[in-house]
Amino acid sequence: MDLFEYQAKELFAEYGVPIPAGKVATTPAEAGQIAAEYAAAGKGTAGPLAVIKAQVKTGGRGKAGGVKLADSPQDAEEKAGRILGMDIKGHTVHSVLVAEDTDIAQEYYLSYLIDRSERTFLSMCSVEGGVEIEEVARTKPEALARIPIDPLIGVDRAKALEIVQAGRLPAEAQEGAAELAERLWAVFTDEDATLAEVNPLVYTGDGRVVALDAKVTLDDNARFRQDWDRFADASAVDPLEARARAKHLNYVKLDGSVGIIGNGAGLVMSTLDVVAYAGEEFGGIKPANFLDIGGGASAEVMANGLDIVLSDPDVRAVLVNVFGGITSCDAVANGIVSAMGLLAERGEQVTHPIVVRLDGNNAAEGRRILTEANLPGVEQVGTMDDAARRAAELAAAAAKGA
Amino acid sequence: MAIFLTADSRVIVQGITGSEGRKHGARMIAAGTKLVGGTNPRKAGQTVELAGQDVPVFGTVAEAMAGTGADVSVVFVPENGTKAAVMEAIDAKMPLVIVITEGIPVHDSAEFWAYAVAGGNVTRIVGPNCPGIASPGKSNAGIIPADITSEGRIGLVSKSGTLTYQMMYELGDIGFSTAVGIGGDPIIGTTHIDCLRAFQDDPETDAIVMIGEIGGDAEERAAAYIEKNVSKPVVAYVAGFTAQEGKTMGHAGAIISGSAGTAQAKKEALEKVGVRVGRTPSETARLVRELMQAG
Repeated sequence: MDLFEYQAKELFAEYGVPIPAGKVATTPAEAGQIAAEYAAAGKGTAGPLAVIKAQVKTGGRGKAGGVKLADSPQDAEEKAGRILGMDIKGHTVHSVLVAEDTDIAQEYYLSYLIDRSERTFLSMCSVEGGVEIEEVARTKPEALARIPIDPLIGVDRAKALEIVQAGRLPAEAQEGAAELAERLWAVFTDEDATLAEVNPLVYTGDGRVVALDAKVTLDDNARFRQDWDRFADASAVDPLEARARAKHLNYVKLDGSVGIIGNGAGLVMSTLDVVAYAGEEFGGIKPANFLDIGGGASAEVMANGLDIVLSDPDVRAVLVNVFGGITSCDAVANGIVSAMGLLAERGEQVTHPIVVRLDGNNAAEGRRILTEANLPGVEQVGTMDDAARRAAELAAAAAKGA
Repeated sequence: MAIFLTADSRVIVQGITGSEGRKHGARMIAAGTKLVGGTNPRKAGQTVELAGQDVPVFGTVAEAMAGTGADVSVVFVPENGTKAAVMEAIDAKMPLVIVITEGIPVHDSAEFWAYAVAGGNVTRIVGPNCPGIASPGKSNAGIIPADITSEGRIGLVSKSGTLTYQMMYELGDIGFSTAVGIGGDPIIGTTHIDCLRAFQDDPETDAIVMIGEIGGDAEERAAAYIEKNVSKPVVAYVAGFTAQEGKTMGHAGAIISGSAGTAQAKKEALEKVGVRVGRTPSETARLVRELMQAG
């Protein structure tokens, strides 16, 4: 789960990572009010009063015009009005962070992340901050220090100092940066983060080191031991994804028209590919979602899955692609039959064609059960490739008819 | 021979009294696995009946090893206790630990991996969040269905469970020496490269199938390894060509960030070193079939 900048900064504040003062606003008037508080406290006399920053979970806000300086409360209200509602790489801006302006002397980079290939944690640090770090890594790899962190030892002050020195931060900033790096490590480990990034890390005109920006990704697998309800973000979650989550289904909404249901993450991912390949022939038909119903594929789970997929208004046809491994295909077929029954009981009409491909254990019996049930709109295809082609064809035909 | 898991492997289950441990313990016995015991600190000294066999329960992994000569442990302990369970097996110097449990926080995986390294890598870890290892006709440790395939001379290594089953089923008539499900988490113990090395050295394996998916750079690293070290033919499949950046597809590790981790980049890296890459699972199976029949 990615956090908004303001949420990441709330965490930073809890752990004593220095940040500029700031508050969140969802309306221009609110933004103006916050800026007025700063003015009343005597801020902004030597420079801009506040920075208005779009809160979106994507990079490149600055370039997109989502970060603006304001000189007065009126200016803050006006700038916030321009940023709120803006679309940045497909993300609508629903809130802005109104932060006190910071007197920036130098900009650095600091992060903790997972090093998948070395199977450990990594700190990255550079005296060249404020720009896209991928750019630094590409053009000046020697300027980006990569320091492995032993998960069993972690980051103490000595290690933190090693990190900022490796990043070639100047002597005057090292102590403050090391203190911040040590506290940032506590955020990373205690909060089960997979990424904690500060870009830029700023050395101020008056000699302080502060985190001007904050990017934190939390590990969804750690939900059972963390209290993250406060970070719930209703606006950013697709309503179908939210409904699926409530039913413990692993569902991701995509932008095509063939609804996909399968068992196992790899098989479903592969099904999306095969549908997209087949769809090329029919004018670019694509999968509408990722939905993994897991190994068991019981009737109830199948019914919930069908329910979610059929609720998507973009869906024109459905492909059910199940490999019977631990659960044999006769059980899966019975699951589909009862799922259709359950949906009928709930009064939900299944109006889209459903293509089913069953393979694996007891596949012949599974296919026989489906054939005998003779469910309206359901047709069986023997192989995954042919089933994908048929589903794409049906989706294309339905789109034409619509 | 097979790799990692042979007919002589003596297997225990950590968490043998739980529902998953019992269910899959019984399936393993039915598949011919020498399942010699299990652990549950609260039920030490008891036995559980699995597939008509009384299996002894020990308090610790060390006791189970001393009492049974076990050299493989399969971990079904729930995610809040998995780290401790794996570390306990490492402390006991268990040679092979297969972690089936899914949903483990990556900080826990990083810690138990670092612990294994600090202990001198005496313990080989497979997983977490993996289906385990099957050496058909010899032994089965994990949750891979035993009856979908047969014994043969193809070696398989895969990040994905159901794609593994699909491939084993499609090539069931040719058969497999060993199939290793390494899991799709960001931090895993045994890698594609570890399995490639073992299959290259295994006299009972003639060809290798590698199944990858988006995220990370494991496939690219495997390609570099194949170029220098693998003379046996390798056929690969990569899932996730149409995945969108920033959307996680089920496996915690299956996410594209920026230009890194795309299926296309993985396919190109593999093809550059002479690996044939199938566009779909069926096409991949066909490539393997042609290879084995040309033999």
